[in-house]
Amino acid sequence: MPEPNGRSSVPGVPPISWRRRVTDHVMTGVAVLTVVLVLVPLVAIFGYLIYRGVGSINWAFLTQTPKPVGELGGGMANAIVGSALILGVASLIGVPFGVGAGIYLAEFGRNRFGAAIRFTADVLNGVPSIVIGIVAWAILVRGRGFSALAGGVALAIMMVPTITRTTEEMLLLVPQALREAAYGLGIPRWRTTLSITLRTATSGVITGIMLAFARIAGETAPLLFTTLGNQFWNLHLNQPTAALPLQIYTYANSPYDDWHRQAWAGAFVLIILIVSSVAAVRYAVRRGTFGAA
Amino acid sequence: MPGPQAVEDSKVTSVPAHRAAPLLRTSGGEVPDRIFKSALTACGLAVLGVLVLIVYELVSGSALSWHAFGFKFFGGSDWDPVNVLFGALPFIFGTLVSSLLALLIAVPLSVGVAVFTTEMCPKPLRGPLSFFVELLAAIPSVIYGLWAMFVLIPLLSGYVEPFLAKTLGWTRMFEGPPLGVGILAAGIILAIMIIPIISSITREVLMVVPQNQREGVLALGATRWEMIRVGVLRNARAGILGGIILGLGRALGETIAVTMVIGNTPQIAKSLFAPGYTMASVLANEFSEATGDVYLSALVEIGLALFLVTIIVNALAQLLVWTVTRGQPARGHA
Repeated sequence: MPEPNGRSSVPGVPPISWRRRVTDHVMTGVAVLTVVLVLVPLVAIFGYLIYRGVGSINWAFLTQTPKPVGELGGGMANAIVGSALILGVASLIGVPFGVGAGIYLAEFGRNRFGAAIRFTADVLNGVPSIVIGIVAWAILVRGRGFSALAGGVALAIMMVPTITRTTEEMLLLVPQALREAAYGLGIPRWRTTLSITLRTATSGVITGIMLAFARIAGETAPLLFTTLGNQFWNLHLNQPTAALPLQIYTYANSPYDDWHRQAWAGAFVLIILIVSSVAAVRYAVRRGTFGAA
Repeated sequence: MPGPQAVEDSKVTSVPAHRAAPLLRTSGGEVPDRIFKSALTACGLAVLGVLVLIVYELVSGSALSWHAFGFKFFGGSDWDPVNVLFGALPFIFGTLVSSLLALLIAVPLSVGVAVFTTEMCPKPLRGPLSFFVELLAAIPSVIYGLWAMFVLIPLLSGYVEPFLAKTLGWTRMFEGPPLGVGILAAGIILAIMIIPIISSITREVLMVVPQNQREGVLALGATRWEMIRVGVLRNARAGILGGIILGLGRALGETIAVTMVIGNTPQIAKSLFAPGYTMASVLANEFSEATGDVYLSALVEIGLALFLVTIIVNALAQLLVWTVTRGQPARGHA
């Protein structure tokens, strides 16, 4: 981009006035200032999180269940496992439906029905997570009791729209000629879609899944009245289950210093879980482990 | 010689795959193909079904409260579970004020960052800068809340609020005890949370503005800022507005971080220092402990109201972004 300067190189054209030049510099300064102001909270949050997290985490935190109120020590091992359980359920439900709906939109969705699904997915994406929690409560908890399954379903509902839309976009990027070549070889439609189209778009589809996963991994609101939380180990899908974000929320709101310490340790574990899962998949996708990229 | 045959050929190659497929289908593919398509259609139907289910559950769940209070529910400011008297006004007020405050802080910052990354910053810095800003979107809500409780609130009550009270106290918006927790803290934390949304959409919209628009304005003798103002921002304003409204949608529905800092007091106060309550926070705090059918139903009705507002806001935003990026392969850059 040509850098404007005060002097005019064209004879007969007056130079840019002093006032306009100063305005230009001031506005550049304002833009730089906004960047600094946005980066300050980012650095402050990550810096403080790492500082408190590293100082608070220990072996007991990762291997023990919470101690009763008033006793020091204990940990969130059951919440870490509980989170893994709930996220596993959510992914098992959310990923197939999301990818399936995405394939439908890309391959068969050039009609009214497809447009309706697309719009619905966008609407669902904007629904507050607490509202989804209420609905999961009404369907799965009311009259039956709190359960890991209900939390998993609530999170699955949140995963689907993101996965659907990214899968569709990724599949539409696959050249039409590739599909036609497959049909030309006599390969049936379903086989072409799964082994050629979807396989070509694998890395993009997985990135979409990971974005959805990262989004739900830290969700607290939809778990408040679905999985409820638990002080003990639980691996049953129909029982109240501890989850890392829930435990952080409960401990942060408590009046005890030791619980605050554990909330920070939990937050540290949670952010590491999110960042590393996303980074690992990005790395694997880039390396081509998941097939053609 | 381009005879009718050639025309026929070019038609076949330009037909979309799903139309061409039946012609080329081989034996043995038909039944699995039909199963495949119905399975995918079922997935699509499930997406529609979920939305229908959400609407059904919210409407049927709030019927009791609707019959008891009608429209007065949204105008009443009493929230009294003991006497079964419910009015949602304090929550609506808290949600609106905290979200608008968040927009007031976040919009100039986000637009500034987007303008800097697309128009001013050296090319090699662009990628890392947008990556860092979008890293803010990866932080879970509960961690924002935790940070706000232990860093932001002491900062507000110790330094920022006394300073604001001294300098701007006469506006009556900054008065009362500097507690730290309150509408102001909620607005600030919401602002940090919606900055990545607004700035990434603004960046996308700015990048769609044609390059020759910029060159044209520069050729007329504009400075860089004048070029951005006249040639870029003016063209992109509908899309930027869309991004702002999308950020508003997120702020309205945000639950956990706000619940941790807003003070959870159902009142309508003039001062931004005063504690408040939002629609989402009252659900988070009281839903699992609600005793009595009307109480529960009143909470579901708040959920329904929140759902309707966020849907309207999001649809409006989508429409605005769509009018700007139409024709372009609109992509959210991850």
